[in-house]
Amino acid sequence: MRHRPVADVSHLPTYDFGSASPMWWGTLAFIALEATGFALAIGTYFYLAVLARHWPIGAPAPDLLPGTAVLVILVASVVPNHMIEVWARRQDLAKVRLGMVVMSIVGILPLIVRIWEFPALRISWDQNAYGSIVWFLLGLHTTHLLTDVGDTIVLAVLMFTQKGKAGRRFSDVSDNAFYWDFVVVSWVVLYLVIYWAPRM
Amino acid sequence: MSGLAGKPAEHTQEALKGIRDTGLEEVRLRAFLAHAWRTPKGFYGWLVTVDHKLIGRRYIVTAFLFLILAGLSALAMRFQLAQPEAGHIGPDLYNQLFTMHGTTMMFLFAVPVMEAFAIYLVPLMIGTRNVAFPRLNAFSYWVYLSGGLMIWIAFAFETGADAGWFSYVPLAGPEYGIGKRPDFWAQMVTYTEVSALAVAVEIIATVFKQRAPGMSLDRIPLYVWSVLVTAFVILFAMPAVMVSSTMLILDRLVGTKFFDPAAGGDALLWQHLFWFFGHPEVYIIFIPATGFVSAILPTFVRRPVFGYLGIVLSLIAIGFLSFGLWVHHMFATGLPQLGESFFTASSMMIAIPSGVQIFCWIATIWGGRPIFATPMLFVLGFIFTFVIGGLTGVMVASVPLDLQVHDTYFVVAHFHYVLVGGAVFPLLGAVYYWFPKITGRMLSERLGRWNFWLVFLGFNLTFFPMHILGLQGMPRRVYTYPPASGWGEMNLFISLSSLVVFAGFALFFLNLFLSLRNGRIAGGNPWGASTLEWATTSPPPSYDFSRLPVVTHREPLWAEPDVLPVVEGLRVDAREVLAGTVADAMPQVRVPSADNSIWPLLSAIAVGGAFLGSIYTPWAVVWGAIPVSIGFICWFWPKGEPEDEE
Amino acid sequence: MLILAAALLRRRLSETTRSPLEIDSRQERRFARAVGSAIALTVLVLVMMTIASFFAGKSIASLSGTETLAVRITGHQWWWEVRYPGDDRSQSIVTANEIHVPVGEPVKVELDSLDVIHSFWVPNLAGKRDLIPGRPSELTLIADKPGIYRGQCAEFCGYQHAHMAITVIAESHEAFEAWQSRQNAVASAPGGDEERRGQQAFLSTGCALCHTIRGTPASGTVGPDLTHLASRRALAADTLAMTPGALAAWIADPQSIKPGAKMPRIALSADDLNAVVTYLGSLE
Repeated sequence: MRHRPVADVSHLPTYDFGSASPMWWGTLAFIALEATGFALAIGTYFYLAVLARHWPIGAPAPDLLPGTAVLVILVASVVPNHMIEVWARRQDLAKVRLGMVVMSIVGILPLIVRIWEFPALRISWDQNAYGSIVWFLLGLHTTHLLTDVGDTIVLAVLMFTQKGKAGRRFSDVSDNAFYWDFVVVSWVVLYLVIYWAPRM
Repeated sequence: MSGLAGKPAEHTQEALKGIRDTGLEEVRLRAFLAHAWRTPKGFYGWLVTVDHKLIGRRYIVTAFLFLILAGLSALAMRFQLAQPEAGHIGPDLYNQLFTMHGTTMMFLFAVPVMEAFAIYLVPLMIGTRNVAFPRLNAFSYWVYLSGGLMIWIAFAFETGADAGWFSYVPLAGPEYGIGKRPDFWAQMVTYTEVSALAVAVEIIATVFKQRAPGMSLDRIPLYVWSVLVTAFVILFAMPAVMVSSTMLILDRLVGTKFFDPAAGGDALLWQHLFWFFGHPEVYIIFIPATGFVSAILPTFVRRPVFGYLGIVLSLIAIGFLSFGLWVHHMFATGLPQLGESFFTASSMMIAIPSGVQIFCWIATIWGGRPIFATPMLFVLGFIFTFVIGGLTGVMVASVPLDLQVHDTYFVVAHFHYVLVGGAVFPLLGAVYYWFPKITGRMLSERLGRWNFWLVFLGFNLTFFPMHILGLQGMPRRVYTYPPASGWGEMNLFISLSSLVVFAGFALFFLNLFLSLRNGRIAGGNPWGASTLEWATTSPPPSYDFSRLPVVTHREPLWAEPDVLPVVEGLRVDAREVLAGTVADAMPQVRVPSADNSIWPLLSAIAVGGAFLGSIYTPWAVVWGAIPVSIGFICWFWPKGEPEDEE
Repeated sequence: MLILAAALLRRRLSETTRSPLEIDSRQERRFARAVGSAIALTVLVLVMMTIASFFAGKSIASLSGTETLAVRITGHQWWWEVRYPGDDRSQSIVTANEIHVPVGEPVKVELDSLDVIHSFWVPNLAGKRDLIPGRPSELTLIADKPGIYRGQCAEFCGYQHAHMAITVIAESHEAFEAWQSRQNAVASAPGGDEERRGQQAFLSTGCALCHTIRGTPASGTVGPDLTHLASRRALAADTLAMTPGALAAWIADPQSIKPGAKMPRIALSADDLNAVVTYLGSLE
């Protein structure tokens, strides 16, 4: 077929932020499918709770301290996370570098606290179905935390190399911040389920 | 196109780099693009390519190979069932055969082949050069391949899954599951779900962002709509089976108690989670098949589909309703009557949007001038067969009726009418329709007609009598039946008829094989079709289009039959595609598109190794995480692509 | 379907080539009306079917609560344990793969499973009901005519799902009561040397580890209760008819008849085998 040029796109940028970027939609789709996984796991929790005569089965409600500590750290992390998003959009390399280091540290902290969180459930995964599902929920969230912290650290290193100066990296940083919000929100919900549902 | 203004402001510096296609003569343009979008020659190129056409093609071929395996296991079962109390195949092998047949057809053939066509066709139909995440695409294929190979190699070593494609607990659980068989099944599911979810994500991002300028929502080809809806169904359905298969493997491997009633677990929990995925699964297969019909039909009746909006809304409605049906697989488990009625109603309701589509297609045929080429024959065979499958579907939606026919051959007949009639017929039609685009050669029409009639008649002769067998009380999943039942003659008839289907498929593969070498040269648009994939050469070049098209009409090639409106200003020395707004496809960004890479393959190997190891020890997940992270880091680490240069 | 055929075969008035985009707007409006009414009709039919289905389900459900007799069925891989709970232990009947019911009386069938999921299905008497471990359920069935009704497990349950049938025998109230009182009795003592030798072999070779014969030391609970084995119509969940030959073949090598069945092959001398068959054959 012959061609007839009708438009010129040469002036368009090669990266952009938020919903303009295909990567943002990919991230959103991954968040949607992971949220579905969380929702089904939470559904399973309540399904088992309704079936059981006593809930939690054969165990006291979990210890609040470590889980609440993780909650405090994660909710607090929203502040630097939001700042880094703003700096990334401004393409302020120095501040983004600083922010990424901060976010890496803020990400590692809850992972350390989590080491105490599993025993604080006060039940083992193979004792009964209650033990299985709380370990499952906590495990699921830990996996997300690990992946995103890993991603953050790699991106932080990248920002200090020559490649960090490319404009697209700011778009990557912004998508990473977007995903972190999901990790935080999902913990708020899971925290209520794991720690407060047994106290109802 | 005055609305194409971007926001040059701070990007100007960046925006001016690179060699552009503006004013470039066609020969030089193609030479530049061929270099930028090349796949290295030889075996290495085969491993590293991220070209959606190469990946789509190998996906299609692999899926058809799995179809052959699953078909052969069906033939073996028919051999055993031809006579009562036949001793050819014992229960151990038979149970593996029907499990492998169902598992392969659902997880390794039907879903992947539908995604495969989407991977191949969507970028061409929406006028872009690759999917949004080309490396994820390559990764998804390798994960799919390793999942399929794994379960069939396990089968070859007598560790084939044998608890049905649904693997109900406790039969597949820690106490009754035999050896490692259910573990291989569960991990194969995990593999294929990872790959299906990856494809769903990239399809959504591709269709949302990379449509040709001007392809607003109401100009998206119906096939692309169907694939988009399917991607959303996958996105929300597949996590259910990942959650449940993970729980199953945890129960088996580390002693969790999700499905153990003695420790507060529940066997029905598995069924809820599995069918929450399992019923949408049917629509994941069926919705793209209706997309094939909506793509093929207008070409062969020479008019646009009647009721575009109605069909789009039906697709979306089917997508939503497919989540409200899962309990109708569980009527026999004894649920409260009110709950049952709700699911009866929703199961009946899904017949409405399906009906809307059928009526629109019939109106389209009425208003057009049909040309009876092979793809069209398959479409007509589809409508005929699917209507029967739909009617029996409405029957099994009724609880009292279902309690009789559930788990009998009636249901076997029903879902083969829906899945073979409703999905495989359109799929074969799609192969005949797009084979010229994919290979550049036409399939033989003569063999095609023989192929159609053998498959169509053989199919009906094989599966229609199963309705009667089911009503006579023959249960499913039995490796034999007593002579006194009187089912022997009809089973013999069915087994003989299945040979006709087999012959039909043999002709199909023969036709593919012969036409690949000797078929008539197709040219760009052999059928005179209206969608964008026909605007480029057959087979399309690695860059799909030398200049990206602009869309001004729902049937672009019928509206502008001779001269294609295009954009210019894209780079030709690096891979670049256009991303636009979701609703109106107004260009926003020139996005760099990922280059070839070996890392998707290596990451898939690492992921596969971790999954495989986890069948034997939970530590495989911990240690496996190390190569997996290395794989992913290297995958995403920029490697001096032009767009990353300072 | 007819409309589809008509649409295909309709004579086209203007066969001249025209652009595929030239659409007759009057025709489009006619199509819209036709498709609209077809959809309305479909909706109407579906609503009627849903309502019919609801009432059919309700009338089936209305049977429950009127039962005069209860039968407790437990699914096993791959046979059915059948109990008629009595007022006290001595009155409770235990048998396998065969249910007797009085004609015309609603019977409550209580279902449970101790291993995997099975499904109780006697097509001519009632719809299916799954036996799910940990979730006892029940079903009401009523046989309007005397006769023998065959049923079969309808949920895939492993190797021998194909050979897991159950027989329902509907008989007059008197015949049923006579059967009941015979089944209540303990096993008859062996009469004659051959039967005694058979009982001895049964008790000493391991059969008794899995099977119960009330009135003897045999009290295993893994396999079916054999107290009145010879009164049943079939063996091994309706795999074989109850004849001395079939019984001998079954005991000699169960695995070749029902591969995967839980009953192992036990090495018996030919004489012992014959004696066991004679003994079991006497357990009417």
